[in-house]
Amino acid sequence: MTHPRTPNRAAAATLAALLLLAGCGSTTKGSAPTADAGAGTAKADPNAPIKEGLKVAFLPKEIDNPYEALMDRGGITAVGELKGEGKEVGPSDASASSQVSYITTLVQQRQDAIVIAANDPDAVAPALREAMAEGVAVVTVDSDAAHDARRVFVNQADSEEIGRSQIRMISQQIGGRGKIAVLSATPNATNQNTWIEFMRDELGKPEHAGIELVKVAYGDDDDQKSFQETQALLQSTPDLKGIVAPTTVGISAAARYLSTSPQKGKVALTGLGTPNQMRQFVKDGTVTAFALWDPEELGYLAGYAAAALASGRITGAQGEVFEAGSLGERTIGEHGEVILGPPTTFDAANIDDYDF
Amino acid sequence: MRLGRESGVALVLVVVVGVTAAVNPAFVSGRGVHDLLLNASIVALLAIGQAPLVITRNIDLSVGSVLGLAAFLSGQLFLADRDTPVVLVVLAGAALGAACGALNGALVAVAKVPALVVTLGTLYVFRGVDYGWASASGVHQVNADRMSPRFLAFGSGSVLGVPNLALIALVALLVVGFALRDSRSGRELYAIGSNPDAARLAGIPAGRRVFGAFVLSGTLAGLAGVLHAAYFGTVNASVGTGRELAVVAAVVVGGVAIFGGSGTVLGAALGALLLTTVTGALPVLGVPAFWQRAVDGAALLVAISLDRAVLLRVVERLRTGRGARRG
Repeated sequence: MTHPRTPNRAAAATLAALLLLAGCGSTTKGSAPTADAGAGTAKADPNAPIKEGLKVAFLPKEIDNPYEALMDRGGITAVGELKGEGKEVGPSDASASSQVSYITTLVQQRQDAIVIAANDPDAVAPALREAMAEGVAVVTVDSDAAHDARRVFVNQADSEEIGRSQIRMISQQIGGRGKIAVLSATPNATNQNTWIEFMRDELGKPEHAGIELVKVAYGDDDDQKSFQETQALLQSTPDLKGIVAPTTVGISAAARYLSTSPQKGKVALTGLGTPNQMRQFVKDGTVTAFALWDPEELGYLAGYAAAALASGRITGAQGEVFEAGSLGERTIGEHGEVILGPPTTFDAANIDDYDF
Repeated sequence: MRLGRESGVALVLVVVVGVTAAVNPAFVSGRGVHDLLLNASIVALLAIGQAPLVITRNIDLSVGSVLGLAAFLSGQLFLADRDTPVVLVVLAGAALGAACGALNGALVAVAKVPALVVTLGTLYVFRGVDYGWASASGVHQVNADRMSPRFLAFGSGSVLGVPNLALIALVALLVVGFALRDSRSGRELYAIGSNPDAARLAGIPAGRRVFGAFVLSGTLAGLAGVLHAAYFGTVNASVGTGRELAVVAAVVVGGVAIFGGSGTVLGAALGALLLTTVTGALPVLGVPAFWQRAVDGAALLVAISLDRAVLLRVVERLRTGRGARRG
């Protein structure tokens, strides 16, 4: 029987249109032609005054991510201290391309500096290069973009130290032997992948020979997905001893799941989380210790770096020094990287001293 | 015929669970089944609200935002008073959802604007209100330690191994399912979806029924928001973003015709269970993370095709059966 089935075809078309529509989300296709990045020919003048009234825009991975919100608050404070004007704008989803249209808009608005936590190192690169060609000072913070698409990268802590310390923490918690898994954010998150590489490297050392990394799971920084990935980890590896979740969404979802499961206290969980988010789970014994740096200080440092860059005090070359308010002086390292400092470890003894 | 559509979904569900269990028996252990039901509960609640609307040729794309708003309200209530009674939070969330649904319903039924456009608009409006509220109150995230322990225990508790959340979804399924099947106004929803003009000529108050369906969808989305807060223990303003797609997919996979007039809430709930089970099964089966979304989509297409094949066979049988009787 081959009767025409118009209603169904119309239905299919409606559905397809709907899916397309929703798939676009808030991301408008940004026009990002590859422009020649204005190569760093300018000379730094360490004595140049910090310009007043600098307009600095903070572009988080996604707006209202609490971690990013804290970071940008710190950045806006820093810009305020320098008599500038800071603001936060950003996409509502953390997909690779969602930041592109915001960068384009910020350039059109003639911002003096853009401080961005890149969702994807390459997706934002053409737009950032174009911004630099227009004379905008580009600083990445928290998650880097391609090296030639920014001048300075403000890193939380040395990536190597973060990766290695995570393994040392879990090793201590599981007594140096057993199977562990990593619960990460998205598969293409720059910072996550760098840390995971150093974790693998640390695991290669003889003192961790008893530990086996069985799986790297990706919770996409989504509560439900992270929950389900945690369930799957526990199901597919019944003798799992520990989970390392170097993402604030992942660690809290995993902690919430573990706290209500029979494996509570038997499977160790550590990673990177905020004290407020993890307080409940440290107190109920699901989690012994985890780490993080202060995101507000990180943003604060990025704010000072952006102002120094926009005022011509630094160009992002190795060895340049700039003033960072209450944090003191910071020196730019290899590849334009500036480091905040070692992460703080939180446990039952000190968690109540922190509120962020 | 209705049985055929749902059995197609049930069949795929059995296959997915069977294959996954063959690889890892823990998938169907008591805890495994508990987790499967828990994961599906929230999407299932939304799908149960969505199905009657789709049956009337309407759609509610704002459910993800309503869910987010109600979840954020729950968090705010606990910030105001950590010992807010659980019942009060549930009622407040459902009431907020009902109000959002009433706004959608009024715009569609009274102002006669197509539901797709109205709810696409309110999707952004409600989310905007959510973000606005978060930044105005300076509360970006409400964490588990600020919520009442009773509320969290309610979200993760279970009765005889069945999670509370799944029980709530089951109650909603039974109430809405029987209302749709047996009540007069329930049957009228099918009539409106099959042929709106004929329904109106037959004296069915189409506007009022569609309005009612929107209020129902909003209420269940509000309830789902409260449950989300209780289940995850962490709430921020972006909770539920994009959830509407999963809901519409569940409803369609569950055999509710997107062009209205047929389908059941049982099918929609099964669709939700199937899709969340697939998401849960992929990591157990060891599908690399990069492929998971593609497999999700492919599973959706397979489910719809199977469902369609079953439907075609049933239609064929009915047609030849009728022909035989006539001849």
